[in-house]
Amino acid sequence: MSASISISSRTCHNEKKAGVFPLSRVQHGLKMKRTDRNLPEPDLSPAQLCDLLGRVGTERSVAAFETIFRYYGPRVRSFMAMKTRDAQLAEELMQETMAAVWNKATQFDPDRGNVSAWIFTIARNQRIDAFRRKRPAFDENDPVFVADNGPLADVELEGRQDAELLRKAMESLPPEQLDVLKRAFFDEASHSTIAEDMGIPLGTVKSRIRLAFEKLRTTLEGRR
Amino acid sequence: MSVNHHISDALLLDYASGNLSEGWSLAVATHLALCPSCRRTLAAMEGAAGALFDKVVSERPVTTSDWDAMMARISGPDTAREPAAAAPKPSTHARTSAGVIPEPLRSYLGGDVETLKWQALGRGAYQIRIPTSDPATQVRLLKIPAGKPVPEHTHEGRELTLVLAGSFRDGEDLFARGDLEEADGSLLHTPTATEGEDCICLAVTEAPLKFSSWIVRMIQPILKI
Repeated sequence: MSASISISSRTCHNEKKAGVFPLSRVQHGLKMKRTDRNLPEPDLSPAQLCDLLGRVGTERSVAAFETIFRYYGPRVRSFMAMKTRDAQLAEELMQETMAAVWNKATQFDPDRGNVSAWIFTIARNQRIDAFRRKRPAFDENDPVFVADNGPLADVELEGRQDAELLRKAMESLPPEQLDVLKRAFFDEASHSTIAEDMGIPLGTVKSRIRLAFEKLRTTLEGRR
Repeated sequence: MSVNHHISDALLLDYASGNLSEGWSLAVATHLALCPSCRRTLAAMEGAAGALFDKVVSERPVTTSDWDAMMARISGPDTAREPAAAAPKPSTHARTSAGVIPEPLRSYLGGDVETLKWQALGRGAYQIRIPTSDPATQVRLLKIPAGKPVPEHTHEGRELTLVLAGSFRDGEDLFARGDLEEADGSLLHTPTATEGEDCICLAVTEAPLKFSSWIVRMIQPILKI
């Protein structure tokens, strides 16, 4: 079988059907010869992403998952490449991450969740596993866990509102603060490395982090 | 009672970005289990990372063969459908009252306070060394008798102390259950357990330098290095 032959379910990607919600499994098995083609990234709002991932979780919708894959696949791959500097490894970690998204989608709560944040945490954890490190985490089902009884702790659509607010708040951050956050999240750079690379004192890195999160916290709490 | 001493943004950002090693992460995650306020900040940080994700300008889109590879992975039996796997797992110790030590620390210790095997440090203080796979840190649970200072208190570099029972005073500040003290080597401090109740706390410090040569090991106590 040559590399250009579909081994699974590519048959539905003709131009007419490859809209935002392409069919996928319907024609599974009809093996047709196709050359490898790009699947363009859709432009989606946090609310649309929430609905799509919600459908992956509840209906196990392959069509909704394909749209998610088109949107996040390139992003996760770039994220992985920034740390690993290895295109092959980045590709594998992207596949691992997106498979985990499919498997864990049943745990995603579309009324509370923020899809981009949720997928970031899955990608981050895959990256930690790939480097054989450990990151202990709390367990919400632990009887000793102290639950949040704060105001509006269970606001409806909280996650997607937060996602919109954060998107806007991030756009209003000064570029020098945004740069520090990017380096921290994507390169996994230590604060001293960031300071060295940017030619600024360590204290300045820390104060930029503090200022950025003061702003983001105020934005989110303004809603509460 | 709510927590008064929280994780600094810089430290929490390291945890949120996956850049904090296991020993430090254990103190941060155990504090998070007790502190809804820091969990909200963590959620804001992960939300910020998500917003950055949305802004990523990708080098190239995924292709039909990428999607085929994905389909091949997820076409097997759908394990996520199994309802039993999603049910909350019972804690390591069934109990009627909530207990003292939250996860993830309880699993590292193998149980809650009543099952712990303490090692005497002298003058009424006890410790348990907590093994991790992180060579850069030393992780211990300490029990300080009420009214007594924390023993052996010389360290270099960062130190995290999380109170789990009782409380201690450090200068003007009172640290009680859930409070996290973040100190560095430049800070001279003498934490002392408050009268009335023994203080149990998790202490994470930078691992002491280990010299492999037996000669160095022998002269180490003499040189006090």
